[in-house]
Amino acid sequence: MNWIFGDKINTDLITPGRYNMITDPHELAKIAFVEAKPEFAREVRQGDFIIAGDNFGSGSSRETAAVALKYSGVQAVIAKSFARIFYRNALNVGLLLVTADTSLIKAEDDIEIDQTRSVVINHTRGQEIPADIPHLMQVVHAKGGILQYLRDEGMGDLKGALQRLISQEGSHV
Amino acid sequence: MNPQTMTEKIFSAHAGRPVLAGEFIMASLDWVMAHDTTCAWALEPFAQITDRVWDPDRIVVPFDHAYPAPNTKVASLQASIRAWAELQGIKVRTDGVCHQILAENFIRPGDLVLGADSHTPTGGALGALTIGVGSTDIAISMATGSCWFQVPQTVRVEIEGTLNPGVYPKDVILSVIGRLGSGGARYQTVEFGGEWVRNASISDRLTLTNMTAEIGAKAGIVEPDEQTRAYLEDHGRPFAGDLSSIWSDTGCSYRTIERFDAGAIVPVVALPHQVDNVAPVAVVAERGLALDQIFIGSCTNCRIEDLEIVDRIWQGQTLSPSVRVIITPASRQVWEEALRRGYLARFSELGAMITQSGCGACLGRHGGVLADGEVCLSTSNRNFQGRMGSPTSQIYLASPATAAASAISGRLTDPRSFS
Repeated sequence: MNWIFGDKINTDLITPGRYNMITDPHELAKIAFVEAKPEFAREVRQGDFIIAGDNFGSGSSRETAAVALKYSGVQAVIAKSFARIFYRNALNVGLLLVTADTSLIKAEDDIEIDQTRSVVINHTRGQEIPADIPHLMQVVHAKGGILQYLRDEGMGDLKGALQRLISQEGSHV
Repeated sequence: MNPQTMTEKIFSAHAGRPVLAGEFIMASLDWVMAHDTTCAWALEPFAQITDRVWDPDRIVVPFDHAYPAPNTKVASLQASIRAWAELQGIKVRTDGVCHQILAENFIRPGDLVLGADSHTPTGGALGALTIGVGSTDIAISMATGSCWFQVPQTVRVEIEGTLNPGVYPKDVILSVIGRLGSGGARYQTVEFGGEWVRNASISDRLTLTNMTAEIGAKAGIVEPDEQTRAYLEDHGRPFAGDLSSIWSDTGCSYRTIERFDAGAIVPVVALPHQVDNVAPVAVVAERGLALDQIFIGSCTNCRIEDLEIVDRIWQGQTLSPSVRVIITPASRQVWEEALRRGYLARFSELGAMITQSGCGACLGRHGGVLADGEVCLSTSNRNFQGRMGSPTSQIYLASPATAAASAISGRLTDPRSFS
């Protein structure tokens, strides 16, 4: 299923500030969109997509927003554009973000992300939508987040590991 | 070497080589900041990386978002941060909003600062590059003293001329946000310049850079000048360096240049629930807007200069009994100066509630949480749905002058009638 949102979905809508003291990621998932779309946390299923417009994740630097969405089970957030800090937080926690024109994707559409070709495939409508999924995002997402990437690269030389990561190019962050 | 923007110059100095917008770099950091909320979330990733910070004297941990602790859950989170900080040799600070503390005590022109808060760009008013990130990035930075970046392009905002009476820096930045939109400078630095900016006080500049977060910017920055030098001297950290060497070079590459005429700016208000939903106060006031609460506080607008404006407007006035007025000075330094000048006594006599310095009501966790359907006029920087409490409450953002004028009438009021 695709959960459809509009433009300017800010972090206060994703995880309202008064829940800031929650640190358990599974508990955070339960309050995702608690007021903006209360049915989300109850009905979201593993592998669902969030489809949004411009500037998704604007507002606070709170990592809770990205963590809540990751632990809700969504496969990815596909949006026309993302706020900078949210993009970086999502990268760090291993939440896949895909930048694409989402205007034609509907809630019932059967969609798939092809990371190797950087496209969103809409099987229902027979469309392929060009997508921006930087190599950086793909590499870190495949590891499950930046900490797992650093563990695999060796914690002994953090700066070196990060230097190798960013030398692989990317955008947005 | 190609002509560089201020952003490119500061990143070059911290990357150890010349860099331009678009490049991915590792850069060394001068200061790393995490507050009582974001530091709590950084402890676990930090523990996975190392057991020692890179330099305890370069890490700033203010308790401001919910301090003193409003409940046992927050109290226990703060206790865990205190224990960790003590182990690391880091002093926990409780003297105000993190961004104000950084400006008063730490940041110098040319610095590169990372803060686990989206309004970290505030410090750019001092000619530094101050950037907000999340808790995992801050954990890595506390461990290594460095961070990776993509060097951003720069949007130049030039404000020429002078403001008319009753118009203030908050009106300027809200007008900029209204034109550029909430994503108008996404992933970019906003560099402020022009005649009005050159004449603006550091307090005024802090208001500008603070709200660059609301146009999606990575940073906000102002050319440091002799005013900057005087501010640093006043705050006990004299700066003898060449300030002009930090300035953007003639012929550098800006993504765009936006020009504003200060004389054409009027008092404005951001309407619920978006900061870029900006309208003239006079137009909204004409329709009539009764207020339940007025919050004069936050890292945007509760410095001594702001309280001076409030005091001037309230001279010989009484406050409306229909509205709760809460004043939360941005730092202990501001609080004590306001006490010395007699502002706090006068405000209290008028019936305003004065709280300890910190974030207070701004983020809806304590210090003035809004009930269902309540309307608040705030001098802070965000009016998102549910930001200050109930999701059915409404937040309007305006200048301290508009807030002060509105406190007298109990309704949104154009401050020009008091100037």
